[in-house]
Amino acid sequence: MTAPNHRWRNFKNVLSQVVTFACAILVMTPLVLVFYHIVKEGFTSINWAFFTQLPPGPGDSGGGMANAIVGTLILMLLAPLIGVPVGVLGGVFLSEYGGSRPNWCIRFAADVLNGVPSIVWGLVVYGLMVIAWPAPFHGNIKFVDTARHQVTVTNRTGVSQTFEVGAKTRLNLHGIHQFDALRTGRDVMIWYREIQGTPVANRISSTSVWGLCTAAIIRLHNSVSGFSALAGGVVLGFMMIPLIMRTTEEVLQLVPGGYREASLALGISKWRTIVQIVVRTALKGIVTGALLALARVAGETAPLIFTAFGNSGWAHKLTEPTGALPLQIYIFAIGPYPNWHRQAWAGALILLLLVLLVNIGVRFMTRDRFHNKI
Amino acid sequence: MADTQNSSAALTVKNLSIFFGKNQAVKNVSLDITARAVTAIIGPSGCGKSTFLRALNRMHELNPEARMEGEIRLFGDDIYAHDVQPVIVRRRVGMVFQKSNPFPTMSITENVTVGLRLNGIRGRKLLAERTEQSLRMAALWDEVKDRLHAPAISLSGGQQQRLCIARALAVEPEVLLMDEPASALDPLATSKIEDLIVQLKKDYTIVIVTHNMQQAARASDSTAFFYLGELVEFGPTTKIFASPSQKRTEDYVTGRFG
Repeated sequence: MTAPNHRWRNFKNVLSQVVTFACAILVMTPLVLVFYHIVKEGFTSINWAFFTQLPPGPGDSGGGMANAIVGTLILMLLAPLIGVPVGVLGGVFLSEYGGSRPNWCIRFAADVLNGVPSIVWGLVVYGLMVIAWPAPFHGNIKFVDTARHQVTVTNRTGVSQTFEVGAKTRLNLHGIHQFDALRTGRDVMIWYREIQGTPVANRISSTSVWGLCTAAIIRLHNSVSGFSALAGGVVLGFMMIPLIMRTTEEVLQLVPGGYREASLALGISKWRTIVQIVVRTALKGIVTGALLALARVAGETAPLIFTAFGNSGWAHKLTEPTGALPLQIYIFAIGPYPNWHRQAWAGALILLLLVLLVNIGVRFMTRDRFHNKI
Repeated sequence: MADTQNSSAALTVKNLSIFFGKNQAVKNVSLDITARAVTAIIGPSGCGKSTFLRALNRMHELNPEARMEGEIRLFGDDIYAHDVQPVIVRRRVGMVFQKSNPFPTMSITENVTVGLRLNGIRGRKLLAERTEQSLRMAALWDEVKDRLHAPAISLSGGQQQRLCIARALAVEPEVLLMDEPASALDPLATSKIEDLIVQLKKDYTIVIVTHNMQQAARASDSTAFFYLGELVEFGPTTKIFASPSQKRTEDYVTGRFG
């Protein structure tokens, strides 16, 4: 039986096959070319010095990216510390708890966050962790100048400072909100900002436990704030959260409801069911999701500019600015020196291999325990 | 008369109604389930028999829309009392599902002992004893004793279902609920499960929902016929199948509708 238009139909079949295949090849081509080029350019520049020496200065020969490699490794250890627990538990919530409407909102928020440009993440963490927060001035009122609306306060270490009290200054001294309440000898906390070199009080309040705690937290924050590996790890961790949350939710949804029912029917509590049955069944998918998120952020450059900052030498503490491979590649790639360009290629290759290595390693560790026995 | 009935009853259901949102799935059902006997629940699809079964160990509460009225007592204890956690009820009333669902990440032994382990029982010797005991009761021991650490999903469909029964038995429940336990199995595996049910009633109270009327007739002592959420007739299996007192029951068991 041959339909009259059977040649035309055959042609359409072949055509669609050819077109889809061509598109698939089109997708593969750039990938293969990128890989080929990075391997070709990078491989010739990799030597022992690359792993052991610091970046070369302008015009210098030799050198390496030891500090940037270590920096990236540290960031890749720090980021999952935030991203994995928050992301996985958030995904568990989305999949196993909550109502459909709140979950819709959370899911929407996660999807929006996934689309936030990475440089914006960098700015957020810059504001949170890099710049110092305004700390209150805590001390004893030594002098009140009613005419000029100024108050002079001395703190415990004997430092004196004069603050302007303007119309916008909020006063709260034992419930009294007037300027008269500022009396010599009173203990106060002053939140202030500097306007043209003169400190202007935003808020003056009597000393309270709450205020002292806030001040302590701000001091603690300011002691670790600044460009640092910590801030770099946090920004990459933040970026991992929505990615991991969504993949975790999706793989948990793939676990058949029958397993949850079977476990609950055995009198196992919901939390244990989730951890021991549901998450365990989907563990491979969760790990893969976490890994893809890590691989995705490992190559991020923009958010690190404001946080890890980069460092041409070694960072000795997590609170110091650190180099990272993407940052170093960026700096060297836009520089004018051929040696820098070679180093950048080598750095790109190492970054690529690092991501590959993590992938293979974790896949090996999470392989199906029954795989060999069946 | 009522007292003698209650003394042999494992579960006493009084005026049970179950709603999902506005839809009433079970309508004012009262019946006593005899201890150490098999009670079959039959009826056409959507008649509320599965919902009724799930209410017996509060599994229907997994649906957040579910709401119940009435009373269910398990050997005298109100299982819906305010201070009773569903988890405790489910330890006393086990359940086997239509689709066998051994945990795929676990071996045969681990599947059997999971209910004990995740409830904090650790003794290695006790777990091993309970594994053998449960697998023997589920008539699976001889088939798997040489490969207890093989993955549970390497078993055949019928074996997997018996493994699920063993898993439910390992926590030593007082009542075992079965929701169409053989409907996904071939006739040979089905007959093994039926033999098993008859064996198990020596030690356990069993409630089985089934679509298969022959199965109800073969394996059960009493049969309840549900239709559109109502309990139409409840009595000894022989009577329900030979001389039912209700016309609808007769029509159903003789295959005139359903």
